[in-house]
Amino acid sequence: MKKLFKLFQPLLIVLGLATSQLVNAALEIEITGGSAQQIPIAIVPFGQAGSSAQEKIADIIAADLRRSGLFRVLETAGVASRPTDLAQVKYPEWSVLQAQAITVGNVTTLPGNRLKVTFGLADVLKQSQLVTMEYNIAPNQLRLTAHKIADVIYQKLTGEGPIFASRIAYINKAKGRYSLQIADADGVNPQTVVASSEPIISPAWSPDGTKIAYVSFEKKKPIIFVQSLTTGQRLTLASFKGNNSAPSWSPDGSKLAIVLSHSANSQLYTINADGTGLKQVTKSSAIDTEPSWSPDGKWIYFTSDRGGNPQIYKVSVLGGAAQRVTFQGDHNLSPHFSPDGKFLAVVRKDGGKYSIATQDLASGQTQVLSQGGQDESPSFAPNGRVILYATRAGGRGALAAVSADGRVKQRLSESDGDIREPAWGPLLN
Amino acid sequence: MADKPAAVEDKSPTTTSAPAAPASDATADTAPATESMVTGNPLTDPNNILSKRSVYFDFDKDTVKEEFRPLIEAHAKYLAEHANAKVILQGNADERGTREYNLSLGQRRAVAVKQSLNLLSAQDKQIETVSFGEEKATANCKDEACHQTSRRVDIVYEGE
Repeated sequence: MKKLFKLFQPLLIVLGLATSQLVNAALEIEITGGSAQQIPIAIVPFGQAGSSAQEKIADIIAADLRRSGLFRVLETAGVASRPTDLAQVKYPEWSVLQAQAITVGNVTTLPGNRLKVTFGLADVLKQSQLVTMEYNIAPNQLRLTAHKIADVIYQKLTGEGPIFASRIAYINKAKGRYSLQIADADGVNPQTVVASSEPIISPAWSPDGTKIAYVSFEKKKPIIFVQSLTTGQRLTLASFKGNNSAPSWSPDGSKLAIVLSHSANSQLYTINADGTGLKQVTKSSAIDTEPSWSPDGKWIYFTSDRGGNPQIYKVSVLGGAAQRVTFQGDHNLSPHFSPDGKFLAVVRKDGGKYSIATQDLASGQTQVLSQGGQDESPSFAPNGRVILYATRAGGRGALAAVSADGRVKQRLSESDGDIREPAWGPLLN
Repeated sequence: MADKPAAVEDKSPTTTSAPAAPASDATADTAPATESMVTGNPLTDPNNILSKRSVYFDFDKDTVKEEFRPLIEAHAKYLAEHANAKVILQGNADERGTREYNLSLGQRRAVAVKQSLNLLSAQDKQIETVSFGEEKATANCKDEACHQTSRRVDIVYEGE
């Protein structure tokens, strides 16, 4: 199974500094593979005649569900009726299509430039309602509402947590400029947070999704900044002598683990989110870098070459002796936690190839999930079911995603850019 | 592709020491002051080993190879003789591996060159180490010779 969707949307809002620039992006999403048992679902076009809404909600929901690889979205053009409410659904029409579930909905305009979105989900075989929802929204929240509806359907029918109403951050290198961008999880609506003629790397979302920490070389050396996505205001988090890099937020958002070199090798530190209270965590003669704060707040997992080759170790946030975590693969780098803290996604080198792998922290069992080459920068979706990472295609950087079971793969590429360093953000409220 | 000419020019682990052998080495040893007055700035004189600024490394290694000894000795001597001179050592890595690890690897290479300079009496306050990681690396390398050009420390004098 191989499908290609072209999604494009002009930039709506520019956040950030004076250096921000307009971007007309066209992110392409390619999906390969899929679950062996996909849920057949009919998504009836929403009634939108009574509203000013331009975008087709049903299309956005259908694209989300398709991308998950867990659904087969049925062609509904041959069905005569167009129900917008579950009471109007004639179930035999949909059981003929072999639909297991059906979604209907309606959008109307409310006074004060608001929209009312209603939607219902039903089990076609049992002819019974599963859920109905109603949203009172501003017109610019239509896409987000569509993603939230897709999440409700996905949760009801798969039992997994929500994933679609979230955003991703990544670096786009185009025409000699580096831009830190954020986009909806479906790649639509990219916005530039900050741009520079010098490299930007390592974006990291604050746990509440309101800020992004990143490393910028704009002063000809790596410095860590924290930027608010609501006000665009930014703080220089760490600008010590030598390199300042690899920010990772504590789960409560009050601190970050960072890497400083001063005049010697990279070592781990913690620092308050306002730039005060610097504390050294590791003291070794090796490279210690790429910290990832555990979801329980107690540990920092990191990459170190103290054993001769880069491998993952863990150390208490209070410091002390480190313990080695990874033992399979020539090298293991760039640890990132699943939201429940049970799995670690890493970059694993076997032979000359770098691929994305996971390790079950309880059993130590590992699984290589990507084909390998120059895959790097893994991060988990908010529900832990998908891992987003950077890969290369046609000599340029592209983003890819793989389901945690390795079955469904996606690739997102920018038509005229070179994209890298992705980070999947938390769910949007 | 745009980096091709630079790659050829920079790819000189073997040629760095070769041109420096006869004339400039001897004159630099005997009369550094007059030599620099005659030929202008020794740091930029293509016949002077001080114009050679790159130290190359093996994959995932920070060992300063023997072939770069003359280059490092020349810069250490210059720094020792010019107490006001300052250098920034810019570490780099090839594009393979993660960006953050490569940032640390470039830093360790810069530190290795700094320690070599320190041993030859260049002072700490004259030397700053930074890393660009793989950010300045040649992209889409097809072979080892190409990767080799990115695994280096560049010696940059203040004001250059």
